[in-house]
Amino acid sequence: MSYSDKVVDHYNHPRNVGTLDKSATEVGTGLVGAPECGDVMRLQIKVNPETQVIEDAKFKTFGCGSAIASSSLATEWVKGKTVEEALTISNTDIVKELSLPPVKIHCSVLAEDAIRAAIGDWKKKNNVVETAAATAAH
Amino acid sequence: MSNNGVVVSESNTPVPEGVHLPIYMDNHATTPLDPRVLEAMMPYFTTVFGNAASRNHSYGWEAEKAVEKSREQIAKLIGATAKEIIFTSGATESNNLALKGIAEMYRERGNHIITQATEHKAVLDTCKKLEKQGFRVTYLPVQADGLIDLEDLKRAMDDKTILVSIMYANNEIGVIQPIAEIGKLCHEKGIIFHTDAVQAVGKITVDVQKDNIDVLSLSGHKIYGPKGVGALYVRRRNPRVQISEQINGGGHERGMRSGTLNVPGIVGLGAACEICSKEMEAEAKRERELRDYLRNKLETALDYTKVNGNMDHHLPGNLNMSFIYVEGESLLMGINDVAVSSGSACTSATLEPSYVLKSLGLGDDVAHSSIRFGLGRFNTKAEVDYVADKIIDVVRKLRELSPLYEMVKEGIDLSKIEWAAH
Repeated sequence: MSYSDKVVDHYNHPRNVGTLDKSATEVGTGLVGAPECGDVMRLQIKVNPETQVIEDAKFKTFGCGSAIASSSLATEWVKGKTVEEALTISNTDIVKELSLPPVKIHCSVLAEDAIRAAIGDWKKKNNVVETAAATAAH
Repeated sequence: MSNNGVVVSESNTPVPEGVHLPIYMDNHATTPLDPRVLEAMMPYFTTVFGNAASRNHSYGWEAEKAVEKSREQIAKLIGATAKEIIFTSGATESNNLALKGIAEMYRERGNHIITQATEHKAVLDTCKKLEKQGFRVTYLPVQADGLIDLEDLKRAMDDKTILVSIMYANNEIGVIQPIAEIGKLCHEKGIIFHTDAVQAVGKITVDVQKDNIDVLSLSGHKIYGPKGVGALYVRRRNPRVQISEQINGGGHERGMRSGTLNVPGIVGLGAACEICSKEMEAEAKRERELRDYLRNKLETALDYTKVNGNMDHHLPGNLNMSFIYVEGESLLMGINDVAVSSGSACTSATLEPSYVLKSLGLGDDVAHSSIRFGLGRFNTKAEVDYVADKIIDVVRKLRELSPLYEMVKEGIDLSKIEWAAH
C-alpha cells in the first residue's frame, strides 16, 4: 500500500486533533463508522450563532492512514465555511485532494458522513430546519 | 515525506549501533536465505547442472547424489527415512498434493475430510475444491486460545472419514496444536493424518514417529532456504500411505510428482534442514527470550494490549499482539522502517480482518488492532529494542488521535454505543 505525499503529511501532522465540549450549544458532534469496520471518526464543529460560520473544528479518528488523512482534511476544509457551504463538501473532493486509491474511497465517504453528522447534530441542538442539501443522499 | 516512493515516517526513535533499516521481523511470511545455504547451492547452478533423472552419465549421477543427500538431511530433521520424502515446488503444492492425492486415492473408503478453521488458505481452498467434487469437509472451530478441542475432533470422525488435516503451528498466532494426540486418534480409527508443518519444521522438534504423522508438508523459504522448493513426507510403513499423483509426466518421485527436479533448490532445502537440525534447540531458546523480552517491554509501556493465542503452546519466534483502540494498518504506516504484518485488512474489499483472529472469537475491532511479529535467526536484541520503542511511540501517538481510547479513558462502555455502521 503506497500512500500519497498528502496522506503521509496528514498522518504525520494531523490538523485540528482534539475535543470540543459536546454539551455546548454551538458545538455539533458527528460520530460515524464502527470499530468492526476498523474505522471510527469523530468530527466536531463550533459554529458562530450569528453568522453560522464554522469557527473551529476538531477530530479524532480510529482507522487507517487514509481515514486519518480524510478526517484531518475535512476539519481544515470546514473551518471558515458557513454550515451550508460545508454541506457541499463531497467525498470525491477528498478523494481527489488526497489521491486515494479505490480501496480507500470508503474513508472519504466516512469523512463526508462525519461532516454531515456534525452539522446535523448542531442543527438539532439549535432547531435549525434541515435543508435539501443536508438530507440529499450520496 | 517520500523518498524514491518509500515513505519515511517521522519518528524520534534513535537507531542503535549495528541496526540497519528497514528491519525485517516478518519471518512467518518468508525468511532470508542463510549464506551457508547459498554456498551449498552455488555449484548446482553452474558446474553440476545435470538432470537428476539422467541415468547415463556422471552429470546426472552427480545431480542425483546431491538430491539424495538432501532427502537424507530433510528426513533426519523430521525423524523420517529418505525414501519418504517427495520434492515439490513448495508447501502450497505439498498441501494440494496431500489433500487431493489422498482424497482421490481413498475415495472408495470414504468421502469425509476433517480440517480446522484456522488453516492456511492452501489447505482451506483445496478443501473447498474437494467439496465441489463431492467430498464432505468438516471445519473444526478453535477455542479462544487457538487450540482445537480433541473432543470436537472425536465427534467429527465417522466411518466415512479418510483424512484429518490439522496444521502443526499457525502462521498468524503461532499456536501449536496437540499433534501427537491428534495423530493417535487418527491411527486408532484408521484415518490418515496430514499436517501442514511449514511453520513448525526447523523451529521446534517435529518427529513423524512420535507425533503419529502420516503425511507432512514443509517449505524451504520458511527455514532460511530458497523459495519455490518444498517437500511432502509420505509414510511408507504402519500405515503405508498412497497418494494419487496430481502432475503427470515422467513418473519422477516414485510416481507421485513428475517434473525435472530443481536440483539447486533441493540442495538448498537440504542444507537449510541440516542447519536447523544442528542449531534449532539453541536458536529456539534465543528467539523465545527475545520474544518474551519484546512482549514484556510492550506490555509494560502500554495499556490495553492483548496477546493472541495460547502462549504455552507457541512458536518461539511468534508474537501476535493487539494494540487496542489503534487500527493496525495505521500503526504499520508509522513503523514503515520495520517489516511486520497486521491482522487488519483495511485494504481488502470486504474490510474483513484476519479470519484466524476472528476464529478465536476476537471482536473485529481487536482483530483490526493486531500486529504479528515474526522473530527469526537474524534478528538481534538491538533490533527488538528499536522495534519496541518505535511501536510504543507510534501507539501512543495514534491513541492521542483515537476517539475510542478517549471514550474508554472517560469510562464509556463502547459496547453500549449504537454505531452507525457504514
